[in-house]
Amino acid sequence: MINCTVAETSAALAAGDISSVEITQAYLDRIATLNGELNAFITVCENSALLQAKAADDARANGNDRPLLGIPLAHKDIFCTKDILTTCGSRMLHNFVSPYNATVVERFIDAGTVLLGKTNMDEFAMGSSNETSFFGDVKNPWNTECVPGGSSGGSAAAVAADLCAMATGTDTGGSIRQPAAFCGVTGLKPSYGRVSRWGMIAFASSLDQAGPITKSAEDAALMLNVMSGLDKKDSTSIDRPIEDFTATLNQPLKGLRIGVPKQHFADGLSMEVEQAIRNALAEYEKLGATIKEMDLTNSHLSVSAYYVVAPAEASANLSRFDGVRYGHRCEDPTDLEDMYKRTRSEGFGEEVKRRIMIGTYALSAGYYDAYYRKAQKIRRLIKDDFDRAFEEVDVIIGPTSPHTAFKLGSKADPVSMYLEDIYTIAVNLAGLPAASIPAGIANGLPIGMQIIGKYFDEAKILNVAHQFQQHTDWHKQKSTAITAASGES
Amino acid sequence: MEWETVIGLEVHVSLSTKSKLFSGSSTEFGAPPNTQASIFDCALPGTLPAFNEEALRMAVRFGVAIGAEIGKRSVFDRKNYFYPDLPKGYQVTQLDFPTVGKGSLTVTLADGSEKVIGVTRAHIEENAGKSLHEEFSGMSGIDLNRAGEPLLEIVSEPEITCAEEAVAYLKKLHTIIRYLDISDAIMAQGSMRCDVNVSIRPKGTTELGTRAEIKNINSFRFVEKAIHSEVARQQEILEDGGRIIQETRRYNADKDVTTSMRSKEVANDYRYFPEPDLLPVVIDDEYVAAVKAQLPELPDARKARFINDYSLSNYDAGVLVSNRELAEYFEIVASSSGDPKLAANWVSQDLLGLLNKNNLEIADSPIQAERLATLITRIKDNTISGKIAKTVFEAMIADPSDVDAIIEAKGLKQVTDSGEIEKLVLEVIENNPAQVQQYKDGKEQVIGFLVGQCMQLSKGKANPAQVNELLREKM
Repeated sequence: MINCTVAETSAALAAGDISSVEITQAYLDRIATLNGELNAFITVCENSALLQAKAADDARANGNDRPLLGIPLAHKDIFCTKDILTTCGSRMLHNFVSPYNATVVERFIDAGTVLLGKTNMDEFAMGSSNETSFFGDVKNPWNTECVPGGSSGGSAAAVAADLCAMATGTDTGGSIRQPAAFCGVTGLKPSYGRVSRWGMIAFASSLDQAGPITKSAEDAALMLNVMSGLDKKDSTSIDRPIEDFTATLNQPLKGLRIGVPKQHFADGLSMEVEQAIRNALAEYEKLGATIKEMDLTNSHLSVSAYYVVAPAEASANLSRFDGVRYGHRCEDPTDLEDMYKRTRSEGFGEEVKRRIMIGTYALSAGYYDAYYRKAQKIRRLIKDDFDRAFEEVDVIIGPTSPHTAFKLGSKADPVSMYLEDIYTIAVNLAGLPAASIPAGIANGLPIGMQIIGKYFDEAKILNVAHQFQQHTDWHKQKSTAITAASGES
Repeated sequence: MEWETVIGLEVHVSLSTKSKLFSGSSTEFGAPPNTQASIFDCALPGTLPAFNEEALRMAVRFGVAIGAEIGKRSVFDRKNYFYPDLPKGYQVTQLDFPTVGKGSLTVTLADGSEKVIGVTRAHIEENAGKSLHEEFSGMSGIDLNRAGEPLLEIVSEPEITCAEEAVAYLKKLHTIIRYLDISDAIMAQGSMRCDVNVSIRPKGTTELGTRAEIKNINSFRFVEKAIHSEVARQQEILEDGGRIIQETRRYNADKDVTTSMRSKEVANDYRYFPEPDLLPVVIDDEYVAAVKAQLPELPDARKARFINDYSLSNYDAGVLVSNRELAEYFEIVASSSGDPKLAANWVSQDLLGLLNKNNLEIADSPIQAERLATLITRIKDNTISGKIAKTVFEAMIADPSDVDAIIEAKGLKQVTDSGEIEKLVLEVIENNPAQVQQYKDGKEQVIGFLVGQCMQLSKGKANPAQVNELLREKM
């Protein structure tokens, strides 16, 4: 049962074939067996999970059925959870227990889900390999010598290894899609403003979005149904009519116009990834879609612009971690300045400090116009590129990442790590929705395909993803390494 | 060398919204430390701002009151610096696109002349908390009750040329803000604070001199004194061939000097950038028109009306409208007594004198407008004389009872009974034969002395007109 999709588990629960307590216990057992090796969870909430599962079973017995009632999930440790440790992968918050729930967390509570625990992540979501976490590397379930991707590496690994039925992630430059690609699962970054950011610890406020990481596009639709919607506590959340994202999953793709950006198939893309994506496109043509090669003229500027805007916002967002009110504080400060300096030097890891410094520099007097203002202009150009493209196509498809998961410790140079997100970053700069779904396997590692949609057109992305999953079984492939480790067949 | 002074003022006003600028916390003054600090005010991770539109309405209200351009699209920015009472590590303010743009206000100077002083802009921003350095043996306490309260920072053009003008500008600003009911604007409580930028230059030149900024002055009088002291300091330095350093200074009222606050510190780079957690605030002409339609009568218009409708002098009208509550008090007295001129005298002299002496606000006046109006009515209907009225007024301060009851109880009622007055007159005639003779000999002025004698004998209660008439008759 633990390797089932949410949709399947939901049906089994509704039919009374299994109870939430049973399925929750099964996941907890699986976590107990595998988390030591994978390090996907920072916190496991065994007792409260079983209590919630019991409550879900009782609710169902009382006729209070809902699609996600009793489904065990994991939250990325970036979401504030009341009375549960929320670390954001950082020493700075190694002792932080939030007094409140994030809106996303609250909505899953209202949906009757069961919280198994909090997943590991790159520190403050800054990283593409999950190697910057204060709580240690997460291992890729397909090959434990490889990274799971980041920053939502714990969530992607947990879903891939069946440590939970579904998980939340956040995506600022690719942090849902790239780990989903590396771990062979489905991940969706919604349009900016679709999901409330209240209670989600900010990295780069104008780019951050929470989204689902699941075993199928249908599951992602089920999760998005719960997560999305206006929240007055987040001024950037958008007031849109409530949608049922499962409603259009089965629309036929006949006549679908797929754009394929030249720039996403240029130098640097590995052959096996390109081949997998070309094969997938051929599959779409069989389903009645037309393929149109197109340009995203300014996409080569996206990484540079991102590494100005995101660190700039981060440099201010992370100022609140000063040792005054919560979180880490250095021992015996001699005065205020000493407290600030040592608290922040000790509390933040190298990558976070690097980005705070980049951001501080980019905003400094005399450099603002050259960096921040210029980056914002590029951002507009990139958005214009997409707007123009979407006049002629319905979705844009390409690889999520230039290659499959890389070896732990193999990218010591920060810039080479930053280039990991070359295909995903422009989407955040433009505020668009995009998914990554499994589309192949090479050398025993999954390959991710990115589907980018128009602003607030998640329904179309999920439809396109779901149809692919109806006709292929890449999303059902499992790592043999892990199933062997847990002794299952 | 002759010098001229250039002054620009930055005034921070606490907007009197019920809740804070970006959180639902109460803004009530004087609560125990940190009882009005929400998770957002404490800058807990993951919390986000939600803009309180009441602050916008108040800012626009101020803008239209001073005839300013209103920013149709105002943008919040982050101003970054570390301080323990600034929980987020940045202050949210408006840098390039403030809600209120260029406007002006007209001040009246001591010689009766008027001057228009430009307002560069007024922007909305959040207040910081308070650091308490006293009672924590080696540690500092942080009170975040004030953190996130809405402020309106009003920046003047550098068009003020002396301390007197600066104070006149501040007082006018204070009056308008009180009329608009957008802030208590109590300097002593910090709900109105003033930073003064002062520079001097050789008279007749146009280039601005290097300025010093005197921070956080909390009374009109100190603003005046601080400017005098700072101008003198700068003049001395320049005349000795020295240079003024651009810096922040503090006014020490005890020593009447300004002292440097941040000489050692490197210039702060606040790294402003647009606040990504908030959308730009967009308003249309309709919104501005609606706010404008709800403006109360402002001091300049009210002054003109007082002069016109009540035939008050420019000066009296100016005094009465300088305070909204005072003006409203006066209007009640004027209309209830039916004598605006007398009402103006009593309010601007006796009542204001009483309040100033006891350091009271109008609202706390022991004599309410209706009671003062009754007193004036009793003068007019000859129940008491103007002189006795002063005595009644004194009595009314301590005695909250009815004006007529006080007059009655103290036996201050004017004697109009002709029989009683006749007795007085006859007694005075009898006791002052010499003066009577003088009168009879044609020395008209003596009548004044004799009336005075009668009044004295009646302890001021006799009706002087009746006394006068009867004296002439009996002599």
